[in-house]
Amino acid sequence: MSISNLLENWSQFRHTHPVEDKPHDPYKWAMSIDLDACSGCNACSVACYAENNLPVVGKEKYANGQVMHWIRIEHYWDEDVGEEGGREFPDQGAQFLPMMCQQCEAAPCETVCPVGATNHTPDGLNSQIYNRCIGSRYCSANCPYKVRYFNWYDYPSTENIWPAEMTQQLNPDVTVRGKGVMEKCTFCVQRLAAAKVTAKSEGRIVQDGEVQTACQQACPTSAISFGNLVDPESRVHKQWRAQQVELDKDKQAKDEKEGGTELRGYRILEDMRPYPSVMYLERVRESAI
Amino acid sequence: MKDIREDIAWAKINQDVLKSLENPRKLYWVILFIALAMLGVAVGCEVYQYEVGMGVANMDNPHMWGLYIATFIFWIGMSHSGTLLSAILHLMHADWRKPIYRFAEAMTTFSLLTAGLFVAVHLGRVWQIYYALPYPNERGTWPNFQSPLLWDAMAIFTYLSSSIIFLYVGMIPDLAICRDRIHEGWRKKLYTLLSLGWEGTDRQWRNFRVTYLTVACFLIPLAVSVHSIVASDFGMSQQPGWHITSFPPYFVAGALYSGCAAIITLFIILRYVFRFEEYMTLPILKKIVRLTFAIAMVWTYLNAVEFASVWYSHDQASKDVLIQKASGTYAPFWWAMIFCGSIVPLVLAFKRFQTNIPVLFAVSLLLNLGMWLERWMIVAPTFSHGIYPWTWDHDQWPSFVQWGMVFGSFGWFTLLFMVFCKVFPSVSMYEVKEMVYHRSQQSKKQEETGKFAAAGKGAH
Repeated sequence: MSISNLLENWSQFRHTHPVEDKPHDPYKWAMSIDLDACSGCNACSVACYAENNLPVVGKEKYANGQVMHWIRIEHYWDEDVGEEGGREFPDQGAQFLPMMCQQCEAAPCETVCPVGATNHTPDGLNSQIYNRCIGSRYCSANCPYKVRYFNWYDYPSTENIWPAEMTQQLNPDVTVRGKGVMEKCTFCVQRLAAAKVTAKSEGRIVQDGEVQTACQQACPTSAISFGNLVDPESRVHKQWRAQQVELDKDKQAKDEKEGGTELRGYRILEDMRPYPSVMYLERVRESAI
Repeated sequence: MKDIREDIAWAKINQDVLKSLENPRKLYWVILFIALAMLGVAVGCEVYQYEVGMGVANMDNPHMWGLYIATFIFWIGMSHSGTLLSAILHLMHADWRKPIYRFAEAMTTFSLLTAGLFVAVHLGRVWQIYYALPYPNERGTWPNFQSPLLWDAMAIFTYLSSSIIFLYVGMIPDLAICRDRIHEGWRKKLYTLLSLGWEGTDRQWRNFRVTYLTVACFLIPLAVSVHSIVASDFGMSQQPGWHITSFPPYFVAGALYSGCAAIITLFIILRYVFRFEEYMTLPILKKIVRLTFAIAMVWTYLNAVEFASVWYSHDQASKDVLIQKASGTYAPFWWAMIFCGSIVPLVLAFKRFQTNIPVLFAVSLLLNLGMWLERWMIVAPTFSHGIYPWTWDHDQWPSFVQWGMVFGSFGWFTLLFMVFCKVFPSVSMYEVKEMVYHRSQQSKKQEETGKFAAAGKGAH
């Protein structure tokens, strides 16, 4: 009976602190995004739509805030735009920031889900179980980045979401979500799973560069790097180390130093202690345009 | 003025209350019809939303919650006054509660039922709602015990079932009276079944008293915990405007407040519709009004505590939400909440308004409007002005589907309440008799001591 399951297994559920106690072995998927390289072209977003079967909701719902983009490009205009004597198009400056689920190690969304539909995987992903989700939307309410997207309508059965001939291009590895469930960036978990299976059958772990996320693959300026943070040879690991950003800190030691630091690495809303797995590299150039 | 006349004959009490169970007046049918029509609006909205998806409610990212959750809190809050009147005041031996606690207790049960519906209509996949309950299943999966929403589900179910038991237990002697007095028909059978063979023996009364007291004691912590847990839904999250430790007492005070205001409203309606002037007297009304005034001031104080703690917290995000509430899109509603919740109740401080029925009716409705706005102002502004500036969006407005559901819920509540009042005695007959008896004993005693004192004086 499930009472014993409750006492034996579920009492261990999130008993350990995801950052301090759980060793990520052999994988901890992480990302770093170089904002200096990002030109705001939206290729990552488009690639994500194709890879993860995201519904194209149309202008009206987009304007209504019901868009389903798992990765969004945020643009921040330079301060003098629109002001007296400020610059106008095309000289105006803008900065871009690709924002997707930060796969937090102590994710605020995980603890509040009443049915346990969003959980932490051993390799450091914040997973979403569509079949278990009842659509209370508490996860999104508690997400500081607001990167969770809800199926407000039954998109697969809606006209023009995917025109008839295009249903053939849907990715067979990814579930098409029905109405009433929450979804979000998975770090292309289907690719990770496939790579892990291949590696396991060959008796090794996944090598750096063997698996790419769709957004990383599509980025023309290679602004996005993705890989295994535990692997000391991975590009992501090297970047994080070079920037002295540590996963399990809510305040980085380098920021404590007097006079600041030249290093560009930072994580968004780090001091709220969600321990995000995405590091951003600050922009050095004044603007992207 | 006395709470109740001391010379009402017991037979007359039976007669008056049982009259409320007989053929209804025209006004009753009018109210029932309006309630049904309102419910129809909500059912229509829900069918539409169920078919098409939550999107028709005009929620979006970041406005994930809307009027459903706000109204859910409102109805949960409404339920608290019943317990306050019937359980807390019972333990405190405040016997003026006796003629009015039955309908307050019914209000508790029905507003909980209404609140439960709002959870259902809020869910994206309402057909899977049972996932949120810890039921045994073959897959061995349990809900997430860390989530305040799960505590909510469990607390509400516990509170609902206990308050139904409490309502029922307190009604048994009255059901026996109904059984003995009512003409043959389905209701006679119903009362026979429900009164559990009550004969009014000493032993039965003793057991009854113990049971009633036990359930009352059990219910009080539940009432406090239910709204504290609803407050935890917000307090346990880390959103600005929600992450406030004073939320549980604030919510409980708000709950008692709106509940007491609703009792005043229903008191006036019942008094008029069922001609209960003899039992729902003005001195009793005056006592509830004073109680409401006191709770209103507690609520105002806790509101001030919340604002002050946010203001001096140096948490910029929370402060921004507060500023946004007072000056942004929601400002008219926020100020209306302050006005209805903290300024309007000052009317109740004046003696001459404490028994003025038209004024009290208007005030009680305004208070509840204020309390509904309060819940909305807790839920909505945080979504529109969260931690992450990119997601700020101050212009999303709930669609007619949400408004329709909120509107219809009042119909649903009225429907349940009116049907209850026709089927079950909404004034507790045996306790009113008790009250009359105690009061008459008391005044006899006073008269005697008075005589004695007078005699004593004469001797000197």
